[in-house]
Amino acid sequence: MPLASNPTEHMKRTATNLSFALAMSGLTLGLHAQESVTVVSFGGSYAKACVEAYHMPFEEATGIKVHLADFNGGLAEIRAQVDAGSVHWDVVDLDEVDALTGCDEGVLEVLTDLELTDAPDGTPAADDFMPHSISDCGVGSLIGATIVAYNSEVYAENPPTKIEDYFDLDAFPGRRGMRRIAAENLQLALLADGVAPENMYDVLGTPEGVARAFRKLDSIKDQIVWWEAGAQPPQMLADKEVGMTTAWNGRIFNAQELEKQPFKIIWNGHIRGISQLTIVAGAPNIENARKFIQFASRTESMVRTGERIAYAPSRHSGLPLIKGHVVTGSPMGPHMPTHPDNSERFLNNDVVWWSERMDEFNERFSAWLAR
Amino acid sequence: MSELTAAPPADVKGRFKAIGLTTPLVAFILIAFIFPLGNMFLDSFYDATVAEALPETASLLNDWDGTELPPSQVFDVIATELQAAYEARSIGKVATRVNRIQSGTRTVFTKTARRVKEVIPGQMKDELIKIDKRWGELRLWQAIAIASERFTIRHYLNAIDLKFDLVDGVTQVAEELRIYNTLYLRTLYVSLSVTVLCFLIGYPIAYAMANSPTLIGKAILIMVLIPFWTSLLVRTVSWIVLLQQQGVLNDILVGLGFVADNERLTLVYNMTGTLVAMTHVLLPFMVLPLYSVMRSIPTAQVRAAASLGANPIKAFVKVYWPQSIPGVGAGGLLVFILSIGYYITPALVGGTKGQLISNMVAYHIQGSLNWGLAAAISIFMLTGVFVLYVIYDRLIGIDKMKLG
Repeated sequence: MPLASNPTEHMKRTATNLSFALAMSGLTLGLHAQESVTVVSFGGSYAKACVEAYHMPFEEATGIKVHLADFNGGLAEIRAQVDAGSVHWDVVDLDEVDALTGCDEGVLEVLTDLELTDAPDGTPAADDFMPHSISDCGVGSLIGATIVAYNSEVYAENPPTKIEDYFDLDAFPGRRGMRRIAAENLQLALLADGVAPENMYDVLGTPEGVARAFRKLDSIKDQIVWWEAGAQPPQMLADKEVGMTTAWNGRIFNAQELEKQPFKIIWNGHIRGISQLTIVAGAPNIENARKFIQFASRTESMVRTGERIAYAPSRHSGLPLIKGHVVTGSPMGPHMPTHPDNSERFLNNDVVWWSERMDEFNERFSAWLAR
Repeated sequence: MSELTAAPPADVKGRFKAIGLTTPLVAFILIAFIFPLGNMFLDSFYDATVAEALPETASLLNDWDGTELPPSQVFDVIATELQAAYEARSIGKVATRVNRIQSGTRTVFTKTARRVKEVIPGQMKDELIKIDKRWGELRLWQAIAIASERFTIRHYLNAIDLKFDLVDGVTQVAEELRIYNTLYLRTLYVSLSVTVLCFLIGYPIAYAMANSPTLIGKAILIMVLIPFWTSLLVRTVSWIVLLQQQGVLNDILVGLGFVADNERLTLVYNMTGTLVAMTHVLLPFMVLPLYSVMRSIPTAQVRAAASLGANPIKAFVKVYWPQSIPGVGAGGLLVFILSIGYYITPALVGGTKGQLISNMVAYHIQGSLNWGLAAAISIFMLTGVFVLYVIYDRLIGIDKMKLG
C-alpha cells in the first residue's frame, strides 16, 4: 500500500518519527544535564594509573562524570581554544613551565583561592606540599623525571651508566630516541657535555652555550628517532628500533614491572619536574574542575597513583604511605625519582627561566630539526 | 539575454529548477572552499588583533619614529589598555603577536596588566619599567608598533626567511633560523622524484593492465585498487613495519646474509622512507589515468606499425607513446600536486630529513598558532602550483589531459 494513499498511516508514521526525534533530543539533553568535567592528560599507562587512582574514586564520591582526553603536552591547543573563544577542556595536566607561561598569558585560571585538603596526619596543606609544587595557576601533583633508558639486551656486555653514554656513539652504537621538544634535549646535551646542573642556566643563557648544546645534539642527530607521545619510547625500545631513548621514568617502569621488558634506567644525569593540574581559562565546567583538582591533590590520590606508576607524590605526607605496586606488590621506593639512589646527578628545571625563553628555543629547535 | 526572452515561459521555469538544483553544490563550494580559502588569504596580510585590543596605543605608535622610547603619554595609554585587554581576555593574543616579532616578550603583557594597580597619568613610564625592565627597551616598543599595523607583508617575508624591523628594514633572518627556502627546494625535489618514480613504476603496470587478457588485467586492477581503498595511515604505518631496522626487509636481508646484523640499513625516518612511502601511496593516481588512456589506444595500430617494418621499440616510440602522453600528463600532474601538499606521510616516516614544507604549515596551524605565516606559505605553494600548471598548459596543453 503506497504511503500517501493512506493518510492515517502517514500520520502515524510522522507521529512515530516525531516522538522518536523528541526522545532522541531528550536523551542528548539528559546526557548534557549530567554534571561532568573534561580532564586532559598524557595518555597511555600514566592516564590509566590516574583513572584508577583518582578519576574513578572522584566519580563515585561526587557523581560528576570525568571525560578523559589525551594530548602530548604544550600550550598550543589551550591557546587555540581560548583565542577562538570555544573552550571545551576543563582540567589539563601540564608541566611546570607551561603552567607558568600559560598563567602569565592568561590562558589558565588563577587558582590561588582554591582550598587544598590537609594531609591525613593533620599537617596543613601549605606545609605539606613540597617547595615549588604550587603555582598561581597550577597545583602540583606528581614528581616525575625525564631519564635515558636502554634495552639491556642491546647493551648486554657493556651497559651505559651515565648521560654521557647516551651521546657516545662510538662506545655505544645504535639509534637514539628523543622527544621532539627543545628544552630537555638541550639541557641533557649540556649535562653530558660536562656542565654541572647548578651552572646550567649560566651556560644556556649565553649564545655560546646554546651553540654548544646544539653542537652536542648535532653529534648524534643522524641517529635520532623522534617521539612525541609518552607511550612511544617503551615501544621503540621493545622493538629495538632504538638502543637508548629519553623517556618518562613512569612509562619505563610500567614496561619493566608489568611487561617484564629488559629495560634499564640511567639515573646518573636526568631532569626532574612536577606535573601541574591546571584549569583552562573560561572552562565550561569550572566548578567541577576545581572540585576535581581538590580531590586529585589529596595525599590519598597521589598515594594511589604512586602505587600504580613510579611518580612520587608532591606532598611530604605521600611517599611514606605508598605500599607496594598494586598488581605485583613490589616496593615502589627504588623506582621513584626521589629515591636517594636515583638522586646522584639531576637537574631541576628552572621554570621561570624557561617560561621567558621557550618560544625562542622552540623556534630555533624546529629550524634545527628541519635542516 | 535574447535567448532568455525568446524562450517560452515553461523553459524559464525549467531553468530556474535547474539552477535551484545546483544551489546546494554552489553553497557547498562557497562555504567549504571559497570562504575558508579567502579567509586564509586575508590572514596572510591582515591582522587587526593588536590594533583592536590596544586601539589608542596603536594609533599613537603609528606616528612614532621608533628611534627612541615613546613619550610618557604612550605609557599611560598602554597601561590602561592592557588592563582592559586583560579583562577582555584578549591580552594573550596580543602577547603572542608581539612575541612573534620579538621573541622573549610574551610574558611582559599579562604580568604588567596584573600588577598595575591604578593608572596615574605621567607616572606610568617609571611604573611599567619597575614592573618589567623590558618596557625600557626600544625593541619591545618597536615590536608592538609593528604588530599593531593592520596590514602587513611580514608573513610573506618570514615565509622566505626574511624579517622586517624598524631600524634595519628588510634583512635575512639569523642563519640558524633559516628553513623555509631549504624546505621549498626539498619539497620540489621530493615531489619531482615521487612523480618520476610513480611514472617509472606506474607506466608498465598500466600497460600490462590495458594490454593483458581480461582476467589478468582485472587481477592487476584489483591489486592497484585495494591499496587505493586502504587508509593512508595504514599504508604509511605498514611501511614503518617493513622498513624499520628490526623490520621485515632488514630481517630478510640479514637472514640472506646481504647485510651484517649490526649494520642494518636505515630505510625509514629519513628521506628514503618519505620517497618510498609517498611513491606507494600516490602510485594509483598515476596508474589509473594512464590505464584509462591506454585502454582507448587501438592495439591494431602498434601491430600495423610492426607489419610495416618498425621494430618493437620504434613502434612503441612512434605509435604508442605519443597516444599515451595525455595519461602521463594527467597522472604526473595529479601526483605532483598531491605530493606538494603531502604532510601525514612525511610526518610519520620522514624523521627530520624527510620533512616537507607542508609539515611547517601544519606546525604553524596547530603548534605555534601563527596562522598568518602558515597562510603566507600556503599562498606561495598555491602560486607555485599555478605557475607549474601554466607551464604544463604551454608545453603539453591542458585540454589534452585525460583523467579517464
